[in-house]
Amino acid sequence: MFLQAILVTALILTAAKPILPDFLVRLPDVWIPPFADWLDVFFEFIRGDMDAGRWGLIYVTRWFADGPLEFMLGVTANILEGRHRWPYFENPLPWSSVAAVTVVLGYYLGGWRMALLAGGTMIWTALMGQWNITMQTVSVLLVAAPLGFAIGLVVGITAWKYRSFDNAIRPLLAVMQTLPFYTYLLPAVIFFKVGPTAGAIATTIYATPPMILMTTIGLRKVSPEVVEAGKMSGATRWQMLTKVFIPTARTEILVGVNQVIMLSLAMIVLTAFIGMPGLGATLLSSMNSFRLGRSLEIGITIVLLAIMLDQMSKAWVAKQPVHFERGTPWYLRHKHVVVALVLFSVFYVAAQFFDMLNDIGRRQSFSQAREIDALIKGFLALDVVKSITGTIRYVLNVWVLVPFRDALLWIPTSAFILFVVAFAYGVGGKRPALYALIFFSLVALSGWWDRSVITLYTVFAAVFLASLFGIPLGIVASRSERWSKRILMLCDTAQTFPSFVYLLPAIMLFGITDTTVVLSVVIYTMVPLTRYTIEGLRNVPPEMSEAADMSGATRWQKLTSVQLPLAVPTMAVGFNQAIMFAFFMVIIAAFIGTQDLGQELQRTLAGTDLGKNFVLGICVSLMALTFDMAILSWANRRKKALGL
Amino acid sequence: MQTDTPVISCRNAWKLFGPNPRQYLSQMPDGQSYNDILADGYIAGVKDVSLDVGKGEMLVIMGLSGSGKSTLVRCFSRLHDITGGTIEIDGQDIMALPEKGLIELRRSKMGMVFQSFGLLPHRTVLENVAFPLEMRGQDSHKRRERAMEVIKLVGLDGREGYFPRELSGGQQQRVGIARSLVIEPDIWFLDEPFSALDPLIRREMQDEFLRLQEMLGKTIVFITHDFDEALRLADRIAIMKDGAIEQCDTPDQIVLNPKTPYVLKFTEDVEKALVVHASALAKPLNGEAVEGTPIDGGMTIRQLARTLVNDPRENLPVADSSGTVTGVMSRKAALDLLMGPA
Ligand SMILES: Nc1ncnc2c1ncn2[C@@H]1O[C@H](COP(=O)(O)OP(=O)(O)O)[C@@H](O)[C@H]1O
Ligand SMILES: [Mg+2]
Repeated sequence: MFLQAILVTALILTAAKPILPDFLVRLPDVWIPPFADWLDVFFEFIRGDMDAGRWGLIYVTRWFADGPLEFMLGVTANILEGRHRWPYFENPLPWSSVAAVTVVLGYYLGGWRMALLAGGTMIWTALMGQWNITMQTVSVLLVAAPLGFAIGLVVGITAWKYRSFDNAIRPLLAVMQTLPFYTYLLPAVIFFKVGPTAGAIATTIYATPPMILMTTIGLRKVSPEVVEAGKMSGATRWQMLTKVFIPTARTEILVGVNQVIMLSLAMIVLTAFIGMPGLGATLLSSMNSFRLGRSLEIGITIVLLAIMLDQMSKAWVAKQPVHFERGTPWYLRHKHVVVALVLFSVFYVAAQFFDMLNDIGRRQSFSQAREIDALIKGFLALDVVKSITGTIRYVLNVWVLVPFRDALLWIPTSAFILFVVAFAYGVGGKRPALYALIFFSLVALSGWWDRSVITLYTVFAAVFLASLFGIPLGIVASRSERWSKRILMLCDTAQTFPSFVYLLPAIMLFGITDTTVVLSVVIYTMVPLTRYTIEGLRNVPPEMSEAADMSGATRWQKLTSVQLPLAVPTMAVGFNQAIMFAFFMVIIAAFIGTQDLGQELQRTLAGTDLGKNFVLGICVSLMALTFDMAILSWANRRKKALGL
Repeated sequence: MQTDTPVISCRNAWKLFGPNPRQYLSQMPDGQSYNDILADGYIAGVKDVSLDVGKGEMLVIMGLSGSGKSTLVRCFSRLHDITGGTIEIDGQDIMALPEKGLIELRRSKMGMVFQSFGLLPHRTVLENVAFPLEMRGQDSHKRRERAMEVIKLVGLDGREGYFPRELSGGQQQRVGIARSLVIEPDIWFLDEPFSALDPLIRREMQDEFLRLQEMLGKTIVFITHDFDEALRLADRIAIMKDGAIEQCDTPDQIVLNPKTPYVLKFTEDVEKALVVHASALAKPLNGEAVEGTPIDGGMTIRQLARTLVNDPRENLPVADSSGTVTGVMSRKAALDLLMGPA
């Protein structure tokens, strides 16, 4: 009843647009509170001012940036890429030595398969002449990820110890996970200096929330008997924490580590936008100058690195200690360390004599960038290809995207908000509806309404298109055990790719256009859609499918009346994730040239406009959270109702 | 084996679970039943329990699941803080102990074995067993030596380098037992130690346990929900229901004189002749003279079956372990117990 009332009001408001008073169509500028200025004042206050000698946060952050952080980054940079920092090694480590140690680590964690993956990645990187830029990225990763781990662990433990602290940070973490990455970059730059320091900090902060959550979950899961056994052994509180809780929660904590590593990698690549050198920066500049061959090669390096790090850290999670027979000598107990040291030294010495093992420069490399470039451009210049991409672009733009965008922009603000509230109410219930009302009103008050609507439009259009392909693909794949496994593995792998590389195929096909943005988001969001469709359908209890078979249902009937309804809650989770991914990607893709919030956000990166940067970021976050809450609460309720 | 000073002395102990148990208990009128308390939003985990455990005694706490057995034992070791009453260990009120004292008590006097073992998954058998020693800061060499001793005692030598998940359930519980014994505790708590094992292994572990107990002679509080297990092991059995103790007595007395219908239910299916000893059936002499060779009061009626059938005497004198005659047993009563009333 209530739902109908909101919907009817919204429809009336829309239909009556020509006669509506102006403030219901768009908020007049004079009504917009200067949030950005207020935030600026606030930030100014807590920041302090070094020139004027006014105390504030910046003293702490600058100290941290100039002291410990700079030092750690300097050490890894010196060792891996040879920058002139402590410990002042003449040259960076030879690539072959680093590769050898990585291979042994891979073997230790996951046997020959992992060793092969590690070796392949390393050799590819070196042969392509990308060793140096890769090490620039890795040297920051080696600081940012452990930092994220340490912070996450400490905060996670605190949240586990103190319920009230946990309750306090939960909403903060939710917002943090939906804030666009650009919103992390600017404050990082302002508080922590440009370059690797800011990049490392932004990365760390972005990558920490999952570590916090996993730590808390892991510690809560420690079985009460293990805890009691610890207490009865006379452990003090500190001993309980370090010798009972943390080791027993190892699995969850390591899952957190995996997530920290993967998020860190994805974000370090993105810090190219604030001038961090490395894989991301090179990829960005190659893409901007349309050097597709080189972009592709770097993309492959990033993907390989991501797969390697993901697989190795997952293998670490799964690795269980195994005992040694009595009397095993020490060099057999530590055979991996011994082998790694030996290989490291052998390659180190060999590299002094054979330059190929030390460093493969751009010129000697096996990179085929130019040739690939010519190939791709030749392919794109083919008339057939041109006409196909041209048609797709035309149809998408003229028939789908532009009309949809214009329609959304045409709707009066008041009606738009009511539509969203109606959606949240119908799907999630009262609480989500209330939040939708508050959140979208805030977006309207931010003064960035049109750009927010354009952001939303891109998200919707992309998720809609992705559903058209992703869901049927999932349904078809779920028919067979084998294909389900294959596609799931593909999705799992694809999910580890840093989001940046998703832009590559779209740019290759469609150049730097609007369509590219939508298409890259489509590819990115297809992954969770397909994945959860398969999972939802495969997890339908077999009794129910069998019952349908015994009732003489055809395959189609079985699918539509038994399997899909049971799978829908899981699929909704995937749909929700797709929307969250889309928000993330749309903003990232802004550098291609969009007219949404992302573009404005990116512009702020060049200045010191913290207030505006935050207002824009929070707009994105508020919209994302609205849908997140509504859809997830529906999925949970539905799951409960179905007894899943 | 009992002596006079109790090792554990528990007076009117209460443990309530709920939002504000202390305040609730202080205002609660007398005679509230379990369900009255439940209706007020509290669970009576332990309800007004008074109990002594003597030195070297094996007390078995028995009851259905949810009756409060684990809670009671966790109050003894102060894993739970009791809501009311007092619990003394060796005359020391444990609720008055500061954290340090409590840790000291556990490090020196108590050992506990858990139903699902509670082993630390990332540590080897040796490291698990040595854990309590590590907690009190013993040096690693001595730790190792002592842990190996206990590992041998429970028959796990050769496996000390294994990790818990590499062991069977029975072996894991041996590790749990070894860990609880490594500090040579005076008091040994076992919370359904064999319930998670399959019946064959359970039997084997019970024998093993009796062997250990004979060797070590500890004060033991043993929890089980298995009445046969209780009868097999106990010096005394305390039967719990809804947090309260229904009856606390020797196995013989529980089988012969169940005090409440609830206790009766447990005893109904028991082969009584297997449990009851001659001494329990014996009546006092009251100065009467008895003749003939006495029977051994420590034998069960089943063990005496042949004698009972062949011996023509109406009343049989019963002797204690030193050979002094302490009472007489009516042959008819014993035969009734053996074969059912005629
Ligand atoms: N930490 C706790 N919080 C709330 N209720 C508890 C807690 N521990 C035990 N209980 C309740 O106390 C009662 C007795 O539990 P317990 O002592 O574990 O029974 P038993 O060991 O005999 O199976 C049960 O109803 C149980 O639900
Ligand atoms: Mg229990």
